[in-house]
Amino acid sequence: MPSNVSAPTGKELRITPIRNGTVIDHIPSGLALEVLKVLKVENLDKDSTVSVALHVRSQRMGWKDIVKVEHMELSAQKSNAIALIAPTATISIIRDFKVREKHPVSLPDRLVGVLTCPNPNCITNHGEPVESEFEVVRRRPLAVRCAYCERSMEEFLPHLAR
Amino acid sequence: MSLKGRDVISIRDLSRSEILEVLNAARHLIPVAEGKKRVTTLEGKLLALAFFEPSTRTRLSFETAMQRMGGQTITIADPSVSSVAKGESLSDTVRMLSCYADALVLRHPHEGASRLAAQVSDKPVINAGDGAGQHPTQTLLDLATMLERFDTLSGLKVVLMGDLRYGRTVHSLAHALGSFGAELVLSSPSSLRLPEEVRHDLDQMGAKVREEEQLERAIKDADVLYVTRIQKERFGDLAEYARVSGSYRFDPALLQKVKSTFIVMHPLPRVAEIPPEVDRTPHAAYFRQAFLAVPVRMALLSLILSGRTGVRG
Repeated sequence: MPSNVSAPTGKELRITPIRNGTVIDHIPSGLALEVLKVLKVENLDKDSTVSVALHVRSQRMGWKDIVKVEHMELSAQKSNAIALIAPTATISIIRDFKVREKHPVSLPDRLVGVLTCPNPNCITNHGEPVESEFEVVRRRPLAVRCAYCERSMEEFLPHLAR
Repeated sequence: MSLKGRDVISIRDLSRSEILEVLNAARHLIPVAEGKKRVTTLEGKLLALAFFEPSTRTRLSFETAMQRMGGQTITIADPSVSSVAKGESLSDTVRMLSCYADALVLRHPHEGASRLAAQVSDKPVINAGDGAGQHPTQTLLDLATMLERFDTLSGLKVVLMGDLRYGRTVHSLAHALGSFGAELVLSSPSSLRLPEEVRHDLDQMGAKVREEEQLERAIKDADVLYVTRIQKERFGDLAEYARVSGSYRFDPALLQKVKSTFIVMHPLPRVAEIPPEVDRTPHAAYFRQAFLAVPVRMALLSLILSGRTGVRG
């Protein structure tokens, strides 16, 4: 992707610019803390700065949240989890203060290891050496089905694999 | 696609033409199941039966099917005396069994157990019931019973009565009947209605489905009444079990108002859902249904293990 350097504006300076890392923008307002849980920021190296902006004006969304994390690029698994809880989010990869990649989150047809099955009787909740697996059965509104017990779910926050 | 070497975990795993292939093969295997004809299609084949939940007719009918076709079986019928009691995972038990046998039949209390087994086994796995989930071979024999009686599945009006929430047989059956163009009438207490995801699937495939709590109205003009047992073991709340279990009992007097060809089916064991008076009427089809378990499982096992049944048809 070509470099895409945007001139800093007053709004962006409200949270610290980062040299290298990831910016997750356009998070539905109120969900930034859930995104932080997905990112497991508590495990980041101690020199990383994490900036969180809550309830920021957005032309597109009205209000939004933003998370910036230094020294971290998202794994596919974390990106999928963010797509589940914050489907409007965009992800920018920053290298040397420049936006090197920018794309909206996207949800694959199969989600492996992202969710835990809400069915307590599902075999994936009983100590077997297996990762959870869900297939997307409907995109709007989003619904996924466990590949093992075939139980469907439409609510994801309480069931994110932590 | 050939059924040889295939897993059968959910009725969804079989296309309509594959289901009809099994049902057609089963029809030709009836004389073998009755002991009137001998085939050796499965000679030298070994089937492992792993039953982690109690079962009588499912396990015995698989054993019968295998032996009637010249094959042999090894069985875990009581997990409390196997390595499972020592804490072995299902995955390891299945890997071990798949080293010994040519195919594996699994019944397990947890939903999705057979799907997991199929992933770790390098031999075909047949799901014989996983918790409140799927039970595809029961569906096949249910369809065989209706097909034998009516010669078609399309356009049949089938009333599903009783525990439609936890009864695993009805989920698979509703899916299959919907795909064959049967009309479904759901008759259950409100606390035991068909789960939303099963209903969603039926709506997606364009199946004709309606709910009718009044059984008398539901069976008017119906071809089949499919009664399920209200399963005590699936209820967390025993007071709720007591409340609903009494409310769904088939009244033989209702048979005076049905079509002459109307049949009553039940996956058995029954408790009190169908009184014995019904057994003596031409409407009772549940013992025939129990018998057809053998030729249907013979058909499935022979198609999976050898790709042929050994009888002409």
